[in-house]
Amino acid sequence: MSKVNIASGGIRRENRIRTSTGDKITSTVIYVIMSLLMLVSFYPLYYCVVASFSDAKAILANTKPLVAPIQPFTFHGYQLAVKNAGIPLGFRNTVSYVVLGTLMSLSVTMLGAFCVSRKYFFIRNIAMKLILVTMFFSGGIIPLFFVVRWTGIYDTWWAFTLPYLVSSYNLIIMRTFFLGIPDSLEEAALLDGANELQIFFHVIIPLSTAVIAVIAMYYGVGLWNSWYQSMMFQRKKTLWPLQMFLREVLIQQNETSQSTDMSQMSAEAFDRELVKYCIIIISTVPILVIYPFLQRYFVKGVMIGAIKG
Amino acid sequence: MSQTKTSGLDVRQGYKEKNWFVRLGDNIKSHPWLYLMFLPVLAYYIIFHYWPMYGIIIAFKDFKPMKGIFGSEWVGLAKFTEFLNGPYLWRLVRNTLGINLGMLVFGFPLPILFALILNECRSVKFRKVVQTVTYMPHFVSSVVVCALMIIFCRSTGIITNLLTVFGVPKTNLLAVPRYFKTLYICMNIWQELGWDSIIFFAALTSIDASLYEAATVDGAGRWQQMWHVTLPGIAPTIIILLILRIGNLMSLGWDRIFLLYSEIVYETADVISTYVYRMGLQRMQYSYAAAVGLMNSAINIILLLSTNALSRKITESSLW
Repeated sequence: MSKVNIASGGIRRENRIRTSTGDKITSTVIYVIMSLLMLVSFYPLYYCVVASFSDAKAILANTKPLVAPIQPFTFHGYQLAVKNAGIPLGFRNTVSYVVLGTLMSLSVTMLGAFCVSRKYFFIRNIAMKLILVTMFFSGGIIPLFFVVRWTGIYDTWWAFTLPYLVSSYNLIIMRTFFLGIPDSLEEAALLDGANELQIFFHVIIPLSTAVIAVIAMYYGVGLWNSWYQSMMFQRKKTLWPLQMFLREVLIQQNETSQSTDMSQMSAEAFDRELVKYCIIIISTVPILVIYPFLQRYFVKGVMIGAIKG
Repeated sequence: MSQTKTSGLDVRQGYKEKNWFVRLGDNIKSHPWLYLMFLPVLAYYIIFHYWPMYGIIIAFKDFKPMKGIFGSEWVGLAKFTEFLNGPYLWRLVRNTLGINLGMLVFGFPLPILFALILNECRSVKFRKVVQTVTYMPHFVSSVVVCALMIIFCRSTGIITNLLTVFGVPKTNLLAVPRYFKTLYICMNIWQELGWDSIIFFAALTSIDASLYEAATVDGAGRWQQMWHVTLPGIAPTIIILLILRIGNLMSLGWDRIFLLYSEIVYETADVISTYVYRMGLQRMQYSYAAAVGLMNSAINIILLLSTNALSRKITESSLW
């Protein structure tokens, strides 16, 4: 993304008179503001890391920002967190939702986008309109809830993936990309007697790996983070994704522990607080570790989306 | 493409007189694979988008799941008037608009400002680091973000204790009605500030470098360049995004509010979408909830269409 930016920025900066002190002050101010901003972005998670290794009782009483764990340093919280049966189960479920769900969403989106990007597809304009309408108007969650009931997927694995299978936004990004592939390549394949499916696999897909990666990641991250379709459509706990268990441990338990006086709290209650930090770290670190490597793809995705406007 | 080409111009004349369905049939015959490939996406949109749209007629009925849509009694606009005359209308509209306006007034200009300021930074490396770090919160799940908020805002939490300097009481801040909106907006800004700025960085890269050179030759300083070159350069992007935001003024995702609020703060935290969820899926007043949801969608559409029309008139940039 910033290749052009760097180049143009470079040119215009060379031309500048850079000796003025006012300029230097401005630069310093910018660096300070940006550093503060980074601190604010990063610190909440850092606090959790530090807290997760701290003494349970001390961390609950703590009211100040921390730089290092409160002694004694401990892995106690992590040991307890792994014992919470919901966490491994949730992880397993989430992995299956993310992997299979992404595959399903991606293939349906790609096929759909391919069709609406073909000029010889007779109903492409109507199809596009039908898709666009859903971006601005929907029946709402109540009718959707009944559709899920009526289709028989309520309380099954499918209830998590099917109702939000295709994102119109992603489909449009994909279509825009497919439209940019020169027709001549396709015509050559047609002359060789290829059908549309073959064209899709042998011409379109090899040329679209970048956009496929972007959309796959959008779907993957979306599935990793979502929980509300599970709350609406899945009552069986064995189907719950990680986020639902996180919600149970991190948010619903607060409603009970909130009011209790610290002096009356049991050791278990302190542990419960400590486990919260550990669970936040366990569930957030995987995605934050992967993210910097994938960042440029995400950014690219925003760009492709922006072209369409 | 090739099919229509090879079948020749002679056929094209006749095409206009042919019935739409006949032409569709011809197209299916010549491209059967294409239609097969379109089936999954078609099925998805019909089942999970258009079937619920049809299902919205339960808003005009006294819907009982046992009786089905057809078996339930028509009640006309009764559910709508029930809501319009009910005690919660004003509260829900006020909260939905309040939170969204707050997000618009603070959450919209900040990413622009951020992009502009960071663009002034000379070190490319530093810029990259800032971007990576500030995009990061976007990838933290909403459950975790809300959990962080709950932990930091309780009476011993670090946010609460930092804010005591400004006279904020040492209690659970999320249980204080008058702070809820501010906290909610700040949380969202924290998470999305960096991410929302990407699109403006993209717009910045497309500004012609010669414009800056010309400005420098004319003796424009750093701030003058920002004001007269950079800002006008990204203005179209800003306008398009602004239309989208205004169009969504009455819609608000319910999931985060749902995670953060509690009965104590309903007065300032309950919004239309959370109310629809509670009424419909928790209290099972399906028709009533569907009616409230439908009203909300209708207002959204009107808002979007009118902002778009207004913008087309004033600035000549619009969504369609």
